[in-house]
Amino acid sequence: MSMLLLIEQLLNGLQSGLMLFLMAAGLTLVFGVMGLINLAHGSLYMVGAFACAGVAAATGSFWLGLAASIAAAAAAGAIVEVAVIRRLYARDHLDQVLATFALILIFSEGTRWLYGSFPLYLNVPPSLSGSVTLPGGIQYSLFRLAIIGAGLAVAVGLFLLIGKTRIGVQVRAGEADREMIAALGVDIGRLYTLVFALGAALAGMAGALVGTIQSVQVGMGEPVLILAFVVIVIGGIGSIKGALVGALLVGLTDTMGRVLLPSIFDLFMETSAATSVGAALASMAIYILMALVLIVKPGGLFGARA
Amino acid sequence: MSAAEITAAPTGRGGRMARAQIVNAALALGLIGFGVGAWAMGETFLVTLATKVAILAIAGAGLNLVLGFGGLVSFGHAAYFGLGGYTAGILAHHALNYTPMFEWPVLFEGTTSMPVIWLVAMAVGALAAAVIGALSLRTTGVYFIMITLAFGQMIFYFAISWPAYGGEDGLPIYVRNGFPGLNTLDPIQFFGLVVALLLAVLGLIAMLARSRFGLALQAARQNRQRLMAVGIRPGGVLLVAFVISGAITALAGALYADLNRFVSPSMLSWHLSGELLVFLILGGTGRLFAPLAGAGLYIALEHLLGGVSDHWQFFFGLLLLGVVLFARGGVIGFLAGGRKHG
Repeated sequence: MSMLLLIEQLLNGLQSGLMLFLMAAGLTLVFGVMGLINLAHGSLYMVGAFACAGVAAATGSFWLGLAASIAAAAAAGAIVEVAVIRRLYARDHLDQVLATFALILIFSEGTRWLYGSFPLYLNVPPSLSGSVTLPGGIQYSLFRLAIIGAGLAVAVGLFLLIGKTRIGVQVRAGEADREMIAALGVDIGRLYTLVFALGAALAGMAGALVGTIQSVQVGMGEPVLILAFVVIVIGGIGSIKGALVGALLVGLTDTMGRVLLPSIFDLFMETSAATSVGAALASMAIYILMALVLIVKPGGLFGARA
Repeated sequence: MSAAEITAAPTGRGGRMARAQIVNAALALGLIGFGVGAWAMGETFLVTLATKVAILAIAGAGLNLVLGFGGLVSFGHAAYFGLGGYTAGILAHHALNYTPMFEWPVLFEGTTSMPVIWLVAMAVGALAAAVIGALSLRTTGVYFIMITLAFGQMIFYFAISWPAYGGEDGLPIYVRNGFPGLNTLDPIQFFGLVVALLLAVLGLIAMLARSRFGLALQAARQNRQRLMAVGIRPGGVLLVAFVISGAITALAGALYADLNRFVSPSMLSWHLSGELLVFLILGGTGRLFAPLAGAGLYIALEHLLGGVSDHWQFFFGLLLLGVVLFARGGVIGFLAGGRKHG
C-alpha cells in the first residue's frame, strides 16, 4: 500500500466524516432541544439533493442549486415541524418513530412520483472541477477538497452560533430547561421551528454536496440517516462536539476499514478469501466501534445522559 | 395497561374485556376463514397472501413481547427475521446441493426438515438477540432505538458483503422444506401449518404475560425503580424477554423464506423493522392480537391500494401519520374499546 493512496483515503474519510457531521448536528440538536427522534432527517437530505439537481438543471448554475438546496430543505423542515412534528414533542418515542417513519414514506414516494426512480446526476461546477496537487505530490479532487473546507467552515460557524450568539444561548437553555426559558419570555414554539429548520438546512446542504459526488436518487437519505444515528450514539446525544468527534471517527473508520482490512487479511490468507473477509468485516467496522464505545461509555463519548 | 385483556381475562372483568376476546377470536377465525375460503374457490394466490399475513403476525408477535409488554422499542427486529430466513436458506442450500456444511466434529450436510430448521433458526435468533440485547440494554429510550437499528443494519451489510451465500442477490430454496406427514408444497397445508404455529406463539405469549415473569416484564415497563424495590433486576427480565422475542421472530423468518422459497438481504432491511412496528401500532400496541390485526390490515392495504396506484406507500404514509397522531389504540382499540390505564 503506497503512502499516497493512504493519505488520499484519509482525506476521503475526513470528507465523508464532515458530511456526516452536517447530518448528525441537526439530529442531535433536535434531540437535545426538543427531545425528538427524527427518522425523516434523511428525507430532508434527499429534498436538498433533489432541489439542487432540479435548480442546477434549470438554471445551469451549481451555486444557485446549492442555495436552493439549503432553502428548500429549511422550508420543508419548517413546514413539517409546524404541520406534524410539533404534535409529537409530548408523545413517547414510539409515536415519534412511527410518525417520522410515515413521513419517510410520504417524502420518498412523493419524490418518486415527481422525479421517477432513475438517479439524477449533478455536474461539479467548472471552477471546482479537476484535481489539485497537494504538498507531497498527491493528486486530489478539488471538489472534494472544497467539501472538506465547507464542512469545516460550517462546523466552526455552528460552534460560534451555539456558543456565542443570543439564539445559541436560547438553544442551550432549551436543552437544560425548556419550561424555564418559556417562563423567561422566549417564544419556545418559534425557537423549536428555527432549530428544526436549521438542522434541515444542514442536512439539505450535505445532500446536495454528497449528491454531486455520487448520485441523486430516492432513498439516498436512509443509509446516511442510520450512519448519523451511529455518530450521535458514539458522540453522545445532544452534544455538538460529540457529533463532530463521532462523525470524524465513523467517516475515517469506514473509509480506512474498506481500504486497510482486505490488505491486512491478505498477509495471511489467499487473496480472494482476504478480499471477502476484509470487505465483510469492513462493512461492520463502524458498528463494532459503536459497540465498543457503548461498553466503555454507555452514554457516548460526550453524552450527559444514557 | 397494555396487557389488560390478558392479565384480567381469568377474573373476567366486565364487558370490555369480553369484547376484546370476541375481537381476538374473530380475527383468528377471520384469518382461517379467509384462507380456507380462498382455497375452496381455487384462489391459490389469496391462500399465499393469508399465509404471508400469518407469518408476519408471528414476527410481529415476537416484537410485541418486548414492545407491548416490556416497553422496549426495538427498531432492529428485521435482524432476527432475516437470520431465521438465512438459517432456513443455508441449511436447505447445503442439503439440496449435497455440499456438507461442516465436516468437523461430525459431518453435517444441512437439512430440509422444517422442525429441525425451526429449532436451529430459533437458536440463532435467540443467540443474536442475547448478544445484541446485552449490549443494547445498557441503554434506554432513544439510545436503545438507535442502537437496535444500527445492529440490525450491521447484519444487513454483512449479508450484502459476504459472498458465500449469494451476497446482494440472495439465496434461492429450490424446493420448499418438508414437514413430516404434510405436503408443504400444497398452499393450504402450508397455510394450516403456519396458522397452527401462529396460534401456538400467541398462546405462549398469553401464558408468559400471565406468569410471574410476564408481570415482572410489564412492571419493568411501568416502573423500573419499583421492580428493583421488590427485589427483581429489570435488566435480567428484559434480556430474557428480548431473547425469547428474537427466537420467535427468527421462526417467522424461517417460515417466510420457505413461503417465498427465497431469502435475500431485504429480509434484514430496516424498512422491515419499521413495518413490524407499524403492524403493532395499526393493530393496537400491547394487545395480544395486535400483530395479526396490523399485519392483516397492512397486507390488505398493500394489495388493494397497490392495485389502484403504484405510489400506494404515499397514501399509506398519510394514513399511518393519521393513525399515530389522532387514532391511538389501533384497530383493536377501535373495535374493543379503549384500554383502562397505563
